[in-house]
Amino acid sequence: MKRHPVLVKCLKAAFVGLVLLLLYTPILLLAIYSFDETDLIGRFEGFSLRHYAALFSNRKVLGMIGNTFLLAFVAAALSTVLGTAGAIGMFYSKKRIKGAVHAVSQIPVINAEIVTALALCITFVAVGIGKSYFTLVIGHMVICTPFVVLSVIPKLKQMDNSLYEAALDLGASPFKALMSVVVISGFMLAVTLSLDDYIVTVYTRPSGFETISTYVYNATTKGNAHTAETLSSFWALTTIIFVVILLFVIISNLTGRKKEAKQ
Amino acid sequence: MKIPRFSRKTLCVPYAVFLLFFVIIPMLIILFYAFTDKEMHPSFSNFIRFFSDPTKLSTIVYSLVIALITTVACLVIAYPVAYILARSTLKKKFVILMLFVLPMWINFVLRVNAIRELFNLLTSLNGMEWLAGANYFKTVFGMVYDFLPFMILPLYTTMLKIDNSLYEASADLGGNAFTTFTRITVPLSMPGIMSGVTMVFLPSMTNYVVSDMLGNAKVTIIGKFIYEYFGTDWHMGSMVALVLLIVVFVSTWLSGGFKSEENVRGTNL
Repeated sequence: MKRHPVLVKCLKAAFVGLVLLLLYTPILLLAIYSFDETDLIGRFEGFSLRHYAALFSNRKVLGMIGNTFLLAFVAAALSTVLGTAGAIGMFYSKKRIKGAVHAVSQIPVINAEIVTALALCITFVAVGIGKSYFTLVIGHMVICTPFVVLSVIPKLKQMDNSLYEAALDLGASPFKALMSVVVISGFMLAVTLSLDDYIVTVYTRPSGFETISTYVYNATTKGNAHTAETLSSFWALTTIIFVVILLFVIISNLTGRKKEAKQ
Repeated sequence: MKIPRFSRKTLCVPYAVFLLFFVIIPMLIILFYAFTDKEMHPSFSNFIRFFSDPTKLSTIVYSLVIALITTVACLVIAYPVAYILARSTLKKKFVILMLFVLPMWINFVLRVNAIRELFNLLTSLNGMEWLAGANYFKTVFGMVYDFLPFMILPLYTTMLKIDNSLYEASADLGGNAFTTFTRITVPLSMPGIMSGVTMVFLPSMTNYVVSDMLGNAKVTIIGKFIYEYFGTDWHMGSMVALVLLIVVFVSTWLSGGFKSEENVRGTNL
């Protein structure tokens, strides 16, 4: 059987390219029209930063953006501490305890988010705890911490046990160095999970508390946006987030390569 | 003087307590609510009401079909992508993988909103008016779009582990491309397939954000049921949640237990 290597290569590249195109079309569409004068997608009337101005002058929108990031930071920080400690504890525990904690820890990971959310909400009400920032943070910790644990465990396995002892004796600097890598990846994961969340937020938040997810959902499905201006300011928001992520990935890739080169 | 080193095991205690209070007890409370009536008396009425209501059962069937189509579509798109990337000899293939993962880090609702705007544009074009009423199509499209990275990542990581010499051995022993694919690639990537399928199937049955934003509130999935009972009838809501919980555990158990979940969500990138 004769195959045409060049043709196969082209087909492969075309397929991957096509899927990527599909993934990026909606985002790029919003990115382009976020610089347009009108509130309509499909007709480019002229370059303008109107939507960005609208985004940064709408106090409600700015408030919900602030809420989202503060919540993500608080929940991720607490989850990282709790999850890293939990993972280390599990790692050195007896097999039975380790297995039990690990199994329970997997429940929020595999469970449908809505079941986790409803269960938490009913529990808070049954116990008589009113919805507050506290319940919201707990809700986010429930979905973030197990993922922190999952990201820490494989790194503990790579780490030699005697290294820990030695590090403690020598003033703990290599241990700290290793931990900082472990902690950062767990923390980042927790941040992205919290930023992305809609369902748990809805079930555990105090009334009037809005995040990007809840605000955009309400604005688009229930028509609470009042104006087309708010809707089109979401285009600007999407674009800003996309660019920030893109920069973040590029920078972390570059610095990662530098470190490798040094070694 | 000897400073006592505290046992590393005790570090586990706060997390165990946290899990007890916010995972185990809530699950037990769901179980309790599902089998009690509004006066908190034990009862099977929620169970009977749930399984005797034809509209509920038909919604469940719809929901399962949507989830099934979404999962199959994700698999059909993701499998070749993961295969091509994993077998590629390009030095920069990691960058291409990152491109697939990157949209996942934009807020989920904003991403769905982006598709909504794309569909709004397409609907306004000539000859595309049919899209306005194609609520199920739009919902499935949105779900495939959103959950695709969850399928690509576990597939890619398992395929990367397949030893290249296996492909060579297959070729040496006279296996053609098809045989190699069915006898080596598919069986060895099975853990990735299982992990991807569970990560896509479940959210597409329960994540009602997509169906609400893209389906003109015409598409109801199981997750939406729970929301509708939220605040009005917690006992019934708990029953639906319990059914979902059982589905989750059975499917996880069938797909070989709790493993390789760390490959999803880009934990190990």
